[in-house]
Amino acid sequence: MPVSLENSQLIYRSLKSCGIQLLSALPETWLVHLIQIAEDDPQMTLVRLAKEEEGVGLSAGAHFAGAKSAMLMQNHGFLASINGIVSFAHLYKIPLLMLISYRGTFGERDPWQTQGGNVTEPLLRALSIPYSFLDAPDSVEKRIRQAHTLAESSLQPVALLLARDLMWVE
Amino acid sequence: MMLRLDCLRAIYPDLEKCLVVTIMGALPAELQSLGHRPNFFYLQHAMGLASSTGLGLALSLPHQRVIVLDGDGSLLMNLGSLSTLARYKPKNLLHIVFDNESLLSVGGFPTATSTGTDLEAIARAAGIPKTCTVSTVEDFATVVHQAITHDGLQTIVAKVEAVGPKAFVTDLGLLENRFQFRRYIQSLTSKSS
Repeated sequence: MPVSLENSQLIYRSLKSCGIQLLSALPETWLVHLIQIAEDDPQMTLVRLAKEEEGVGLSAGAHFAGAKSAMLMQNHGFLASINGIVSFAHLYKIPLLMLISYRGTFGERDPWQTQGGNVTEPLLRALSIPYSFLDAPDSVEKRIRQAHTLAESSLQPVALLLARDLMWVE
Repeated sequence: MMLRLDCLRAIYPDLEKCLVVTIMGALPAELQSLGHRPNFFYLQHAMGLASSTGLGLALSLPHQRVIVLDGDGSLLMNLGSLSTLARYKPKNLLHIVFDNESLLSVGGFPTATSTGTDLEAIARAAGIPKTCTVSTVEDFATVVHQAITHDGLQTIVAKVEAVGPKAFVTDLGLLENRFQFRRYIQSLTSKSS
């Protein structure tokens, strides 16, 4: 599978260095290595979800408990989580570190992913969710650390879009 | 049929040492009418996510008892949560569903449990190891007390009347509640460490 194992490991190490203890996830192609690495890590609580919006509740519960968490999802999972983001994370000022695989952009071959790609950034902006990109190995660790710092200081959701250039090896 | 308020009154002493997460609407208003406590968090929107929040708490604090006070309307919006709870089976989580067969807080529209959907059967089929349905206050108080004093994930469905208080807004601010709840948990964890 041409998903980059090396860059998945880099993302995972960066999450660990932020102290992430709980990871909620719903599998999609680009996230398979990340989820497998989390599964194999006895120090990580991996919660495999039925639907991504559950992850908002999971992260809120972890935050109340004093545990740091992150969410792994596809951008369609972000679309499916919006009510939870607005009516829980925004309403109650809950920090969320959302790692979102950015499908449906330049280079996308799967026709079914293409609509989600068009609306992901406009929706993030409409929701006033600060976001940046994970698109090159040399900036991954710093971006994750900065995103985590902002989520914790501002008590709000922050998004990192996982780009094709980082996740996919062609 | 029993009243949810009577059920809450019957288990109120049992809630003292637990982390309690509720859904929105009539339920938190009734619980607050009995007396707010800093270990109660009222999720006043995001219907369906009370159980997911309870799971996040229970997995992060395995030695702390967590109780989710859910409702039929909320649970029906996030039935997948039952499969996620069942997958991880936190021993310290008790999931109580008050089933009044109605979206009472928005005007009393009947939910699917009024036409035969059985939430206990769904919970059992999802893999929740212990489930039951109760319809008297005595039975409810007994099963909740047993569940709190024994380990194991359980879903208790309490069939209650579709009645609630006149008003749902209380003088407890949402953020006040949220920060107080987190401070309460911090005080517990700093005591235990």
